[in-house]
Amino acid sequence: MARIAGIDIPKNKRGEIALTYIFGISRSTAKKILNEANVDIHKKVQDWSDDEQNLIRNIIGEKYTIEGALRSEIQLNIKRLRDIGCYRGIRHRLGLPVRGQSTKNNARTRKGRKKTVAGKKKAPR
Amino acid sequence: MSRSLKKGPYIHYKLEKRVLELNQSNKKKVIKTWSRSSMIAPEFVGHTIAVHNGNKFIPVYITENMVGHKLGEFAPTRIFRSHAGSKK
Repeated sequence: MARIAGIDIPKNKRGEIALTYIFGISRSTAKKILNEANVDIHKKVQDWSDDEQNLIRNIIGEKYTIEGALRSEIQLNIKRLRDIGCYRGIRHRLGLPVRGQSTKNNARTRKGRKKTVAGKKKAPR
Repeated sequence: MSRSLKKGPYIHYKLEKRVLELNQSNKKKVIKTWSRSSMIAPEFVGHTIAVHNGNKFIPVYITENMVGHKLGEFAPTRIFRSHAGSKK
């Protein structure tokens, strides 16, 4: 068991993969962290020594925003866009794609499950 | 792809001139502009700028948070008036 960054307990996986279980750490950031801590990226978490664990913990604590802090930062950024009423903010408010994607079809991730409209005619053959 | 830093932000020169004039004389006046692609500079804060949306001018009151955005972002060009049959 290794506890890094509060709640996350990734173990018995390679360090490079285990670190990505933390929100805000990707494969590439995990590699950077491990390189800086001089830990082999293929070494499993359970094989880490206490010193290595502490070092990794410190590096993450100092240089990266993760988990709750990162989530609230993202929410704040979105809130700012909403409040100033710019185009991107409006799209966030409406729950539509923000980055100029087409909305004629698809865009289901943002729009949610399909809402079928009664009385809409099917295309004539 | 972002704009080259060397060039600095794009602000229509006439618009910039008018804002600076207003700043010097400490007056507040609505400035009409068609230049939707102009960046909002820190000097614009506190002014109201009427941005053209292709049909009419939308008055935009500039706050500090808006610095760095383009004027056009605050004057939507399309108006969506709900689909037929969708009741609220």
